[in-house]
Amino acid sequence: MSYFSIARSSLVKDIRLEWRSKDAINAMLFFALLVVVIFSFAFDPTAEESRTIAGGLVWVAVLFAAIVALNQTWSRELRNQVLDAYRVSPATGTPLFLAKAVGNFIFVSAIEALMTPLFVVFYKLRALGPVGELLPTAVLGTWALVVNGTFFAAISLRTRSREVMLPLLLFPLSIPALLAMVNATTAILTGEESARFWVALLLAYDVVFTTACLLMFDIVLEAE
Amino acid sequence: MKRGFTLLATVAGLLLSFGLYEALIAAPTERTMGDVQRIFYYHVPSAWTAFLLFLINFAASVVFLVRRNAAADILALVTAEVGVVFCTVVLVTGPLWARPVWGIWWAPGDIRLTTTLVLWLIYISYLMLRRFSTSSQTPLVAAIVAIFGALDVPLVYFSIWFFRTQHPSPVIGGGGSLDPRMARVLLINWAAFLCLAGLICWTRYLLEIARRQVEEAQGMESLLERSP
Repeated sequence: MSYFSIARSSLVKDIRLEWRSKDAINAMLFFALLVVVIFSFAFDPTAEESRTIAGGLVWVAVLFAAIVALNQTWSRELRNQVLDAYRVSPATGTPLFLAKAVGNFIFVSAIEALMTPLFVVFYKLRALGPVGELLPTAVLGTWALVVNGTFFAAISLRTRSREVMLPLLLFPLSIPALLAMVNATTAILTGEESARFWVALLLAYDVVFTTACLLMFDIVLEAE
Repeated sequence: MKRGFTLLATVAGLLLSFGLYEALIAAPTERTMGDVQRIFYYHVPSAWTAFLLFLINFAASVVFLVRRNAAADILALVTAEVGVVFCTVVLVTGPLWARPVWGIWWAPGDIRLTTTLVLWLIYISYLMLRRFSTSSQTPLVAAIVAIFGALDVPLVYFSIWFFRTQHPSPVIGGGGSLDPRMARVLLINWAAFLCLAGLICWTRYLLEIARRQVEEAQGMESLLERSP
């Protein structure tokens, strides 16, 4: 099988599983809803204030929600020794990794799409800057979280209490990406400065870490 | 080997006490900041030592990935542990100095402060991974995380670059005007800290080797017991 057909069949399998069970999506959605509601109790901002804090809130909510999906990325493959079977097969690890990362990207993006209206309602948001720039910010930012998250979920498979280990590994490394996402979103919402620098930074982050993940995933997969 | 260790310990002890005297009594008092500035003789050498240790950790991790030898792995573990300790000293002494001088404990978004803090966080998570790991491949996974951490640091630095910095500019090689007497004290203290760090790393290295030998022996013993 070629590289892309392996990746595609793995991705289609993940999406079909998710479509039938809806485990990750439901958990993430409810979790994100809870975060939004609790934040809205904690702060009661005016429209002006909420523009400056919403960028931080929305990405923290997405980050926490994404952990739910990332944690079960690989644990699903541990049952029935699927991962071991993959390991002995002649296919390399990278198409599998790519499929998992793209799958997570789709799930987290779906959550973002569903959560955005909630945020707009709860925080009376109206962007003053170019709204179109939110799209590249969201796409690059989500990929930044998901690519490293998928990688570190594979690493934390081999630890005690792996659900705890994933955020401990992922959050420190994601700081530059989070900073860029939050600042870009705030810049667009307040319309005071350009988000260009932050989007470029996100792009650099994505390129660096996607390359690193693809180069090193085989080592992680074989490490047992 | 043993003589070298004693020698290093003696040198470290002498340099540390001499450095303490020089920093607290002999060095001239700074004109605007006063005696608070003397914390500089501990803050800056700790920072340089910590960064050097993290650099060694990165190099050792790369060597481990390529050559897979246990010595590189132990070196990586040891330098990360000791580096975190020195980095903690930096993060504690910094705010102690900043409070009277800047009027605030911490300047959020400052380039050097944030980079150091993120570096510290990354290495804490590195050590936690090593502690929590259950597989026999801990060194391999740890080496990968160390390399990811090293990739992250320039990005953090670059991301904060956008903000202006409050931190004083580098005193050595940065076009700063440091009194030569102060520079001398600084270098003495750095030498002392390097000796101390080397000493701790050395001890920890031997300890880790002993720990692994004990583990191996225990494993062998339980194997022998099981097979009659």
